[in-house]
Amino acid sequence: MPITPRGFEAMKALRFGAFALAITAAGCNHLPESALLLNPASIEQRQVETRRFDGISEPDLLAACAAVLQDLGFSIDASDSRLGLITASKERNARDATQFFQGLALAMIGVRKPLDTDQTIRASVVVFPALGEKQNNHLVRITLQRVVRTTTPGFVRTEWLKDPELYQGFFTKLSQSVFLEGHKI
Amino acid sequence: MNPRIVKLTVLVAACAIFGGCAATRSQKEVLATDQSQVEQRAYQTRAFDTTDKEQTLRAVIATLQDFGFIIDRADAALGVVSGTKLEGYRMRITVTVRPRGTTQVLVRANAQVQIKPVSDAKPYQNFFTALERSMFLKAHEVD
Repeated sequence: MPITPRGFEAMKALRFGAFALAITAAGCNHLPESALLLNPASIEQRQVETRRFDGISEPDLLAACAAVLQDLGFSIDASDSRLGLITASKERNARDATQFFQGLALAMIGVRKPLDTDQTIRASVVVFPALGEKQNNHLVRITLQRVVRTTTPGFVRTEWLKDPELYQGFFTKLSQSVFLEGHKI
Repeated sequence: MNPRIVKLTVLVAACAIFGGCAATRSQKEVLATDQSQVEQRAYQTRAFDTTDKEQTLRAVIATLQDFGFIIDRADAALGVVSGTKLEGYRMRITVTVRPRGTTQVLVRANAQVQIKPVSDAKPYQNFFTALERSMFLKAHEVD
């Protein structure tokens, strides 16, 4: 298909835009203002990431968390039972059909967009006593992040996963795990 | 001797020599700091009026989770917590807790973003403000 002069200009503009964006991203080495600041959104996120479990001791609850992480295919990287902590990770595929077709459409107008290939998902789970509560009431907080690698070598995307559904899914599985642990199944 | 071969040999030798120098220079990063030790410790450290090291470590973990850090590892005996935050950038932080005298603990944090240390006092101040709230205790500056 022959490219019209207008199409060519548009292509040039798009390429320049992508280039400028890459330069800006590469230059973003300074500390973002919000990195160590708490705001109302962080409190909301805390609620998404936290659930209360009653009538179970801290070691049992931590063991139930480890079991769920194993159910989900995570490997445990580090743990400290005195501090109620487990950190785990897993490597998985990150290819996405929608993204592939978007990439294809962009490629037709001459813009190359890196496509996701694989990802490392990291989770840290912390169990702690509920403040001023009875002895066996605890809170569990899980934080999820991922590093996504793409078809462009060296171009990676890093994300703090905030989708409430992910957390809800984890806690549903944890409730089942707590039940199973409680009944020693 | 062919002058082209001579030129090439000189070029290769120059690359090897200068390349070697560059490698030695970047090696110096091992002991490189932006500021004096005293200056750094002052803004990276606070004292809290408690002797409960474990509770302090738990408060540090809770604060880091509020900021979106994944806790990479923690050691209650040593009094260390390390975390990573990934949100378009990669920030790493290590926080240590150790006793100070018989009535206080010292909390020290040091962080880096991508390949640079965080050498501005403000982010640390923000961190300690959040930690104060989590511990229900005031953070004292240390001289």
